[in-house]
Amino acid sequence: MDKEHARLRAKTWLFAVVVILANVCGNFCMKRGMPERLTGPLDYIAVLFRPWVSLGVLLLILWMLARMALLSWADLSYVLPVTSIGYALAALAGSVFLHEQISARRWAGIALIVAGVALVSGRSAPNTIRAKTAAAGAEGAR
Amino acid sequence: MKWVAIGIIVAATAAGEVMQAMGMRHHGEIRDFRPGALGRAAALLVRNRFVIASVVAMAISFFANEGLLSVADLSFAVPATAVTYAIETVLAKYVLKEHVSWTRWTGASLVICGVALVSL
Repeated sequence: MDKEHARLRAKTWLFAVVVILANVCGNFCMKRGMPERLTGPLDYIAVLFRPWVSLGVLLLILWMLARMALLSWADLSYVLPVTSIGYALAALAGSVFLHEQISARRWAGIALIVAGVALVSGRSAPNTIRAKTAAAGAEGAR
Repeated sequence: MKWVAIGIIVAATAAGEVMQAMGMRHHGEIRDFRPGALGRAAALLVRNRFVIASVVAMAISFFANEGLLSVADLSFAVPATAVTYAIETVLAKYVLKEHVSWTRWTGASLVICGVALVSL
């Protein structure tokens, strides 16, 4: 049981890191490639062909797939706070690479987010509901 | 425009993520990451109605996010949409029937307060 618990925790951490990095880098690339203003509906499609936006979209697809895999064994109420460290990293990326301002209030917010993540990830098991097998579960979803 | 986009993102993200969690729980733990096994999992997931609905909701959230990023700073846009945490934690308890311990409530509350501070 301990071996199973350790396996699940290691797998959860690995996927959480992929989810966080893909989300932060994806949003950064989106912001970098976004024009000043989107005027018409076609602009929302046309902008997808800009290199930075395309890279951002690919990273956000990776984010979604990794998150789906993570949610196949971990609780949503665990995944949400643990992956929220991405919010702090997004603010830092905005400051470092896009020269956006980070006020003292934002630094305090980042500290609270980090504290919340540390609390949930350090003291909580990833899942509280018995895992199903993939085959059995798929039957129930149809 | 900014706050309309945030409203759409919050509603679509909360609905999408809860349905995604529901769909993935029905599917069960993904244990085999070899290409063939992933292909079989993908074939099952594209027929999972919760996953299909979640992808539609996430697409709505994505296009609203595009609009928001064109008029707001990244360091405002990303955290401002994190009110979804409060909504999703409540939905996780009552819709997904997860055991949300005091540790998780406290952690989620700290994150929500932090996100509010970052967004102001």
